[in-house]
Amino acid sequence: MRDLFRGQLVRLTLEKSEVRARAELRWQRDTEFHRLADSGPALLNSERKIKEWFEKQAEKGVDPEKYSFSVRTLEEDQYIGFLGLWVDLIHREAWVGIGIGEREFWSRGYGTDMMKLCQQYVFAELGMERLSLGLHEYNARAFRSYKKCGFRLEGRTRQEVLREGKRTDVLWMGILREEWLQIQNGDGK
Amino acid sequence: MLDIQTQLFESADLHLGPVDHEKDPEIESKWTHDSDFMRLMEINPARPLSAAMVKKQYEKLEKQIEEEKNLFHFMIRAKEADRLIGKAAIYWIEWTNSNGWIRLGIGAVEDRRKGFGTQAMQMLLRFAFAELNLFRVSAMAPEYNDGAIALLRKFGFTQEVSRRSALERDGRRWDLYVFGLLNEEWRSGSRSQEER
Repeated sequence: MRDLFRGQLVRLTLEKSEVRARAELRWQRDTEFHRLADSGPALLNSERKIKEWFEKQAEKGVDPEKYSFSVRTLEEDQYIGFLGLWVDLIHREAWVGIGIGEREFWSRGYGTDMMKLCQQYVFAELGMERLSLGLHEYNARAFRSYKKCGFRLEGRTRQEVLREGKRTDVLWMGILREEWLQIQNGDGK
Repeated sequence: MLDIQTQLFESADLHLGPVDHEKDPEIESKWTHDSDFMRLMEINPARPLSAAMVKKQYEKLEKQIEEEKNLFHFMIRAKEADRLIGKAAIYWIEWTNSNGWIRLGIGAVEDRRKGFGTQAMQMLLRFAFAELNLFRVSAMAPEYNDGAIALLRKFGFTQEVSRRSALERDGRRWDLYVFGLLNEEWRSGSRSQEER
């Protein structure tokens, strides 16, 4: 059987709430990181507030429609980011959001490795038919990575986001189960 | 001249109003027993709801409106007999990006294909663009919902995204479309049509 939680560069874990909160506190201060990952305004929360938020999530127990992972590098065993999934069990579609808070790991293939693990989890474990995501058009690095993973661009919502006085598009991508299987069998590019 | 006389919640045959907690649940409950309506209106599984369950939903909705401040909900009523015929909403509003999503539905079969959807859409868009001052609105429609797609096209919406195989119904997969309309497009297009 496949190891679902181990890729080429990273592994999927779930860190303790206090560890997650400490990292999140630092990552929140990086507004470039925020603006790549999110369309809302940048926020600064206290460490206690963030920890409470993670703890509340944990108290709710296992939600079959929400999955959270922390991401660690294999080489240094460093905690660098997160991966979250929202799952529609009726229509068998999952939505993913990923982020690498530690900037020295940007542009080095870590995001692509995370996304490949995500696809494997969604199609080989959750039995989804489709995996979806949205991103800002100015996030060219993410777009290249997602294309490499086999996602197809399915359209753009025009001028959806206002940043620094400029309107920009949001891009929407998706990959179907059969497309992922083709890549696994080596029939993809 | 700045025109503030236009009544936002009134059209020729309809008006938009708040929920009537006493009378509406019974009528909306009836709509939920029509699977065709539910499948056009909802991506969630169709299921018959009792009036009591609908009432609970209204309470939840009002709580959500108060807490999240990113949602406007309207009941659509025919002026004649003040009769409930449908519902509409502007939701998922992102104030910092001035965008939002719209949805509307006419409940009973006998009220469809009478131009009520068009009148309701006119009011909804005027509210979104001239009152909430949104820069753009989006709307979702599954590929099988010809009525919704025709209505959106009529108002100048552009089909922007085609989410392939995003829904499963009747044992097959269907695409889910996202449509968008910008404030300036509404002002130059649908608006002038409306006035003609």
